[in-house]
Amino acid sequence: MHQETLDFVVATLASIVAAASPLVYAVVGETITEKAGVINLSLDGSIMLSAMAGFATAFMTGSVLLGFVVAALVSMAMALVIAFSSIELRLNQIAIGFVLTLLGANLASFLGRSYVGVRAAGVPHLGIPWLEDLSLRIPKVGSFRFGAIFFDHNLSVYGSFLAILLGYWFVFRTRRGLELQGVGERPEAAHARGLAVNRLRYFYTVLGGALVGLAGAAFSLDVRFGWREGLTTNYGWIALAIVIFGGWHPVRAAAGAYLFGALSVLALKLQPQLPDLSQILPITPFALMIFALLLVSQDWSRRLADRYSRWRRLLSGDPPSAIGTAFWRD
Amino acid sequence: MSLELRGIHKRYGSVRANDGVDLILEAGSIHGLLGENGAGKSTLMKVLSGFVAPDSGRVLLDGRPVRLGSTRAAIRAGIGMLHQDPLVFLPFTVLDNFILGSGRRVRRAAARRDLQRMADQFGFRLDPEAPARSLTVGERQQLEIVRLLWLGARVLILDEPTTGISATQQERLFATLRALAEQGMIVAFVSHKLEEVEALCRRVTVMRRGRVVGEADLPCPTERLVEMMFGRVQVPVVRERAAPGDAVLELQGMRPADRGVAESHTLAVGRGEVIGLAGLEGSGQRPFLRTCAGLQRPAEGRIRVAGRDLTRARYREFRRAGVHFLPAGRLEEGLISGLTLTEHFLLASPGGSFVIDWAQAEAEAAATIAENLIVGSPRSAAEELSGGNQQRLLLSLMPSEVQVLLMEHPTRGLDLESADWVWRRLLERSRRGTAIVFASSDLEELLRYSDRILVFFAGKVLREVPAETISGEDLGYLIGGKDPR
Repeated sequence: MHQETLDFVVATLASIVAAASPLVYAVVGETITEKAGVINLSLDGSIMLSAMAGFATAFMTGSVLLGFVVAALVSMAMALVIAFSSIELRLNQIAIGFVLTLLGANLASFLGRSYVGVRAAGVPHLGIPWLEDLSLRIPKVGSFRFGAIFFDHNLSVYGSFLAILLGYWFVFRTRRGLELQGVGERPEAAHARGLAVNRLRYFYTVLGGALVGLAGAAFSLDVRFGWREGLTTNYGWIALAIVIFGGWHPVRAAAGAYLFGALSVLALKLQPQLPDLSQILPITPFALMIFALLLVSQDWSRRLADRYSRWRRLLSGDPPSAIGTAFWRD
Repeated sequence: MSLELRGIHKRYGSVRANDGVDLILEAGSIHGLLGENGAGKSTLMKVLSGFVAPDSGRVLLDGRPVRLGSTRAAIRAGIGMLHQDPLVFLPFTVLDNFILGSGRRVRRAAARRDLQRMADQFGFRLDPEAPARSLTVGERQQLEIVRLLWLGARVLILDEPTTGISATQQERLFATLRALAEQGMIVAFVSHKLEEVEALCRRVTVMRRGRVVGEADLPCPTERLVEMMFGRVQVPVVRERAAPGDAVLELQGMRPADRGVAESHTLAVGRGEVIGLAGLEGSGQRPFLRTCAGLQRPAEGRIRVAGRDLTRARYREFRRAGVHFLPAGRLEEGLISGLTLTEHFLLASPGGSFVIDWAQAEAEAAATIAENLIVGSPRSAAEELSGGNQQRLLLSLMPSEVQVLLMEHPTRGLDLESADWVWRRLLERSRRGTAIVFASSDLEELLRYSDRILVFFAGKVLREVPAETISGEDLGYLIGGKDPR
């Protein structure tokens, strides 16, 4: 082993952390939405449309920050449609989500035609002083500069860390987070305790939608910089799968996003080595992710959770009981 | 302190659940609300606790109106309700359940101390860190009671609180309620069980079909209450016992594949025989019945039905051999939520043409509904029916030729009249040769209808006793694992 090998490892890990950042936003957002008992199935369309809107805004105004804000707003609007149609109109959440998926993707390619191939400002880079230089001396080999894995990134990557931490802290460490879980777990019981079930569902669906929008902007303004048709195709679907993989736990979901990021980077690096497989490689991470989903089957993880009760919430992976169902009082 | 309900009206579709109900509850004693299933008791109490918004009516607490249709307003006014199925969050810990929705700004540690102090005060054992899923129904109730009191409830409503809890838990619950009433709280006790109301309440209001039909101070003659509830006095069915015929269900060293099962069973049930399975819930009756029904394969031993060996047969073949199973979870396992009665009848009748003639199907359904005295229409969904009517529906779905009928709690949650009707139908089948095996926690039911009673305790049959000779007291001892002699 040489210093170069260590640096290569660090660079690879750093690129995984960066590549996974949009997915992290999306899975944390969707986890919050589903914790409240609502499924926002429109993720694939929402991410696409907000990626386009965010990029277009940044292009026209020159402000990356405004791009992120508009992307969040667009996705919040989509989430609001899901909430409204499932709560007020009592329509099926899955059906509405599916329709919005198609609508979002098609609208993005229609409205985004004039932005294909143009250039805009990207998310600025910021190495965090001192933290980015953290390293571990390995005798006779060199120094393992692990600080660069986490602290030498563009700003939006730090935002994704913040999303994980805040998501976890809010859901599991605060009174409001407990209420959020209660609403998705047993709305009648939440109602009996005086919580405004549907108002909370509106709020958390839209809040989750905002994070999904940030995912779109993180794609078009950072990791896949630029806009073209199909820029984020299928990432919404994989985010939905990762939420399940993550057992509705923000940290575990983020770990799923990083796993997917690692598989993607691996596929990318293998491409020159295996030219014959170049057609299949880009899609293998999707297949492998579904396989990983099978591995964390409920039975298996519940047994682990029983065994290590301290980590029950992280391990159990039970869906919110009332997920996807409407609540109305007669 | 007094609580007054005035002119409460509530309709569900075409059903008048509450049709102008007036009620006054006074502090210091337990007020019973009596009525058969579907009389409108639960709806009235849900209105009182803000869970359901009434169409019209007023609630006055000490003369001041309470805002209706808001659980938050009700809790703030000090009105707390314990629902029939305690509304706790199963995956959350006891402490999280305790805190959730309280709106009180207390630290976790302080809330935990309050929880433990109050639980100790009533002699409840609640582990704050245990998930609510691991609690029995009785313990979930205890959690809810403590929680409501912590929130400052001065009015406590209990909806059928004795369903699914053990005898000791019931005793403790009743002692708690008496203590609370003595402290000056208003306690409303909703039940369809006469003995409970008579044992606990000082005053009772009887409801029928959405209206108050009478009030009485207790003690008063039971016949008077029964008459108010049903409009006429019930004649209990007396079972004439006949010698059982040839063995139709035979078990040889059959051991259900279940961790809780301690022993294998060898048993022969004759045609027309009725076997009662007594015992505390979870003593092994459930795996026993499910294995006999063909829903799970036995770990060892043999099962024969009408002379045919079905040990390794599929559920289908059990069905074809005339084995029928009515599970305790009527809506979970027996019926299909969301499907109408007509659709249930269609699914249950094999064959028929490929295309459904809906007009004819609904006409036939209406006839079956009338014949089985089900309160519901061909187009009502299964989950809209009350518990008693769901059981009637399940019975009407049974094929006409049944060799072995296996049941869990055939009359649980049913009022006297419905239970009586159910057993009339069952005994009719028994006379025609159907062997019946049923599990129940109702001692009277076991003694009255069984030929033999198998007492389950800790996963095995503790004793087999003839129903005619054993007393209820002795049976109670056996169920508790004690030998009466």
